[in-house]
Amino acid sequence: MKNLLTMEGVKKETLESLLSDADEFYDVMHRPIPKVPALRGKTVATMFFEPSTRTKLSFERAAKALSADVLSFSPGTSSLKKGESLKDTVLTVKAMGADLMVVRHTSTGAPWRVAEWTGLPVVNGGDGAHQHPTQALLDSLTLKQHYGSLEGLRIAIVGDIRHSRVARSNVWAFSTLGARVTLIAPPTLLPPDMEGWPADVSTDLDPVLDQFDAIYLLRVQAERGGASVFPSVAEYRDRFGMTEARFERLKPDTIVLHPGPMIRGIEIDSGPADDPRCKVLEQVTNGVAVRMAVLFQLLGGTKEDE
Amino acid sequence: MRSVMSGEDMARALRRIAHEIIEKNRGVADLVLVGIRTRGGPLAERLAELLTEIEGTGIPVGIVDIGMYRDDIDTRPRIELGPTELPGDIDGKTIVLVDDVLYTGRTIRAALDALADIGRAEIVQLAVVVDRGHRELPIRADFVGKNLPTSHTEHVTVKVSEIDGEDGVWLEGRERGSDE
Repeated sequence: MKNLLTMEGVKKETLESLLSDADEFYDVMHRPIPKVPALRGKTVATMFFEPSTRTKLSFERAAKALSADVLSFSPGTSSLKKGESLKDTVLTVKAMGADLMVVRHTSTGAPWRVAEWTGLPVVNGGDGAHQHPTQALLDSLTLKQHYGSLEGLRIAIVGDIRHSRVARSNVWAFSTLGARVTLIAPPTLLPPDMEGWPADVSTDLDPVLDQFDAIYLLRVQAERGGASVFPSVAEYRDRFGMTEARFERLKPDTIVLHPGPMIRGIEIDSGPADDPRCKVLEQVTNGVAVRMAVLFQLLGGTKEDE
Repeated sequence: MRSVMSGEDMARALRRIAHEIIEKNRGVADLVLVGIRTRGGPLAERLAELLTEIEGTGIPVGIVDIGMYRDDIDTRPRIELGPTELPGDIDGKTIVLVDDVLYTGRTIRAALDALADIGRAEIVQLAVVVDRGHRELPIRADFVGKNLPTSHTEHVTVKVSEIDGEDGVWLEGRERGSDE
């Protein structure tokens, strides 16, 4: 594996190998000294051209727990403000000694261009409404920890599918690992380009609510136009929100996942959000573990396998 | 491939090592056997069984994976990580690391670092089936099944029945430059 840019087309063995390594790094995170020397001397650059707190922190925590050094880039404080191009910015950071770049950008495809320009291993930290592969891995790890395997699981992804890079990555990872995925959203929040997605589609949540082993709630993304395509927040909550009443109607062992940040009162009410079956904080912890696995696999070992 | 130790030779060597471990440590109090993944794992289990048989008390066994502690990640293919599992706290314990072959010493260095990240053992000793020489670090074994003079171009294979279906040690001549 040279880069981790997308979940589409990634082989099952690759996903399983990353999840298996992530299990070991999860154990490392729970040791008294949660740090290993695996990537000593390597430098990971986190190039976040779109604001992010948790994903950036998570990658940086992962890099440091592997003893790598971190170059941390934020657009607000950079020469982008002075008009420097994306290409010049990443080449500058490469010239400072970065060995790998994590790239988040509002434009679809930006991480691919960075990989081309720099020749470095690149991890897509989220590009536009396109892909967010490490999110899919951490969600897969969370499901695997709970159920042992994703094989045969029924998973609903509910909400703003149209603007969601999380949905676009998770659909592929979950289905490759053997789960059956149903996308549930009002027609206006379904993407027009779903040809070939390995998932069923439903525009109504209530009739199918009790069929799933896991419900994956997406955030309504006002910044990508998500709020303008349904009449009101109250109506969204009425039809698709994880209210107390809906939570009661789930199968007793169904778990609820959310990529964060959760907007309580829209996608999820406080009762379900604070229930032990809501795995949001486990997802956050697992995010560090899978990112350690990704950095370790991209920077550790010779690259004869691809 | 030339056989240098048969299954029986190996069994006898392990039994002798078990006695040496008891002799050196004046018993088995506070002793923990830790195999280095992969073949050190079953070898540690077997030594623990022998020690239990001789001393009459159970010996805790663990396994350590050194994948996160290697110093050659830029020059060797990546190997999938395996679990590191130790039987409880190792602080103050006498650990006997167990591996199949002692060669450059780098694996042992990595295993020592891995142990140090988990706890502070009182003493760490090393048991190996074969010491083939060519050390690159100041490391030596406390218990050796067989000292086997080799050249760099030769390859030593230790098989254990739990993994390979049979026991024994073989020496294989190799073309110059293809040695690992």
